[in-house]
Amino acid sequence: KRYRKVDEDFFEELEDILIESDVGVTTVMDLVEKLKDEARTRNIKDSDKLKDVIVEVLSDFLTKSKDETKLNLNPDGLTVILMVGVNGAGKTTTAGKLANRLRNEGKSVLLAAADTFRAGAIDQLQVWGDRAGIDVIKHQEGSDPASVVFDALKAAKSRHADVLLCDTAGRLQNKVNLMKELEKIKRVINRECPGAPQEVLLVLDATTGQNALNQAKLFRQASDVTGIVLTKLDGTAKGGIVLAVRHELDIPVKLVGLGEKINDLQVFDADAFVYGLFSEMFETPDEEKNEDSSSQQL
Amino acid sequence: MAFESLAGRLQETMKKIRGKGKVSEADVKQMAREVRLALLEADVNFKVVKSFVSRIQERAVGQEVLKSLTPGQQVIKVVQEELANLMGGDQTKLNFALKPPTVILFVGLQGAGKTTSAAKLANFIRKANNKKPMMIAADVYRPAAIKQLQTLGGQLNIPVFTLGDKVSPVEIVRQGIEQAKAEHNDLILIDTAGRLHVDDVLMDELEQIKAVSHPDEIFLVVDAMTGQDAVNVASSFNDRLDLTGVIMTKLDGDTRGGAALSIRSVTGTPIKFVGMGEKMDAIEPFHPDRMASRILGM
Ligand SMILES: Nc1nc2c(ncn2[C@@H]2O[C@H](COP(=O)(O)OP(=O)(O)OP(=O)(O)O)[C@@H](O)[C@H]2O)c(=O)[nH]1
Ligand SMILES: Nc1nc2c(ncn2[C@@H]2O[C@H](COP(=O)(O)OP(=O)(O)OP(=O)(O)O)[C@@H](O)[C@H]2O)c(=O)[nH]1
Ligand SMILES: [K+]
Ligand SMILES: [Mg+2]
Ligand SMILES: [Mg+2]
Repeated sequence: KRYRKVDEDFFEELEDILIESDVGVTTVMDLVEKLKDEARTRNIKDSDKLKDVIVEVLSDFLTKSKDETKLNLNPDGLTVILMVGVNGAGKTTTAGKLANRLRNEGKSVLLAAADTFRAGAIDQLQVWGDRAGIDVIKHQEGSDPASVVFDALKAAKSRHADVLLCDTAGRLQNKVNLMKELEKIKRVINRECPGAPQEVLLVLDATTGQNALNQAKLFRQASDVTGIVLTKLDGTAKGGIVLAVRHELDIPVKLVGLGEKINDLQVFDADAFVYGLFSEMFETPDEEKNEDSSSQQL
Repeated sequence: MAFESLAGRLQETMKKIRGKGKVSEADVKQMAREVRLALLEADVNFKVVKSFVSRIQERAVGQEVLKSLTPGQQVIKVVQEELANLMGGDQTKLNFALKPPTVILFVGLQGAGKTTSAAKLANFIRKANNKKPMMIAADVYRPAAIKQLQTLGGQLNIPVFTLGDKVSPVEIVRQGIEQAKAEHNDLILIDTAGRLHVDDVLMDELEQIKAVSHPDEIFLVVDAMTGQDAVNVASSFNDRLDLTGVIMTKLDGDTRGGAALSIRSVTGTPIKFVGMGEKMDAIEPFHPDRMASRILGM
């Protein structure tokens, strides 16, 4: 194993790695301070030992309790899950994957096509519904998304469905009217189904940089986000911005997207995520020689 | 938000320096620190930031600046000049084929905005340059991708060539170009599936599409919210395809869009258009100077 001294250079490299992973300067500074403290108090001089501390500290930072990644499902009645996020993040795809996953767990699931705006959005969700063998409640393109959701809630109740998953249109968080529309959708759900939505999942693209903080902040304001789905982690982007989101807004990551296929959805694993961040720094000399793209993946 | 105060601070520093009759090395250092922070918070790649900051520092403490009659103004001029250099000076024009049809290929990561941008640009060029466009639906992977392009084509009254999703994209493109020639379309826009830059098979496919279509423009479509990974993505696409330009989408959001700077400076590929919304008229030629001040938050 490669031996490295834990010195200023080491922490500088650590800083660079975190910044390169989109963690963001403010959070990086705080985290590195924290790690320096740990190294000092535990008297760690060898980077190999500090590795475990890094994983431990960052992983604790990301998950405050074991249950955090669990979806909040209503044990006796309908659970409503609302997918929200900016354009192209992966909402529709994740809705399809998640519907399939819940169905495989034995639940009866319905999908609501509440993106009535984007060209082809309804057909896209229908394809996912077909793949998973799940009905999609839909209206025509251009109709009111809140009324699609209203109908879907009615259908879910009359069919005694366990879970209703609502796809929504992508919207940038600074678009006031579109955020109001989202508030309205949420209001309808809550009015028709007290206690719902049980989950409001903010879908974040792992390639996103610092703007994800604004996304989390404003989507939470509009729709009380309960958790994050971090998509496209199968690329080379590390998704480090979720550390900043946790740090500044305290929203947990619940699921990760790892591809475009129906099974490419996993429960968030903080340890694996942190190892992913440091895959280059932690690799053994062996791995260093045949560096390839796989070493950058989660 | 952290950034607004940062932009404010940066402007303060600039203001302070501007009025100075004497600028010390410490002043320059302080300014460099704040420029660094502003760029990192805007998602400019950290390596690009490093070399940029050391360059302005070097130039700013140089004899001709600090010893000049107006050192403050000189320092600011250095920052602006260097930034403009990085962004690329003048607005760049579209390449049209000497012998029509002109072919434009759209490539990029999943969800970046390729399909939307293809339709917008078809409409834009039709008006600005009096062309007769046709779009080719060469994304056979994403659910309802063809339907999406057809819907947009329908809205704009622009024909869409498709062979469904059971024929290879290379073959679709080959036949699409033949058809366009037969119907005297002098502008062809090819929509391709989103793909990861590390996906060898799909990157090969793009090379083949390029080989059969001889594009006059190959546009990498990049989400303006992209973080540090933008340079990896752009470099990989550029290595494989020799990009001729970049389209930055979703600049109607509140992102700083530092990826623009990184991509330009690492690949040398000019940014030619920016997407400013979901509507079909929301595309504009790129203005480097505006982007530079947006990134610095000024
Ligand atoms: N590689 C990869 N691609 C993904 C993942 N999740 C989604 N995608 C792709 O990203 C693109 C956008 O996904 P969508 O599900 O349409 O995103 P959306 O948020 O619904 O987009 P809008 O409705 O247009 O706002 C599609 O090409 C998906 O196949 C993932 O985890 N990994
Ligand atoms: N606000 C805004 N949204 C945009 C812009 N450009 C594209 N979009 C939206 O971004 C989402 C993704 O756009 P697409 O054109 O489907 O992206 P794509 O690259 O073709 O996606 P894939 O084919 O899945 O890889 C859609 O919701 C678009 O409406 C833009 O400039 N501003
Ligand atoms: K995206
Ligand atoms: Mg969608
Ligand atoms: Mg597309």
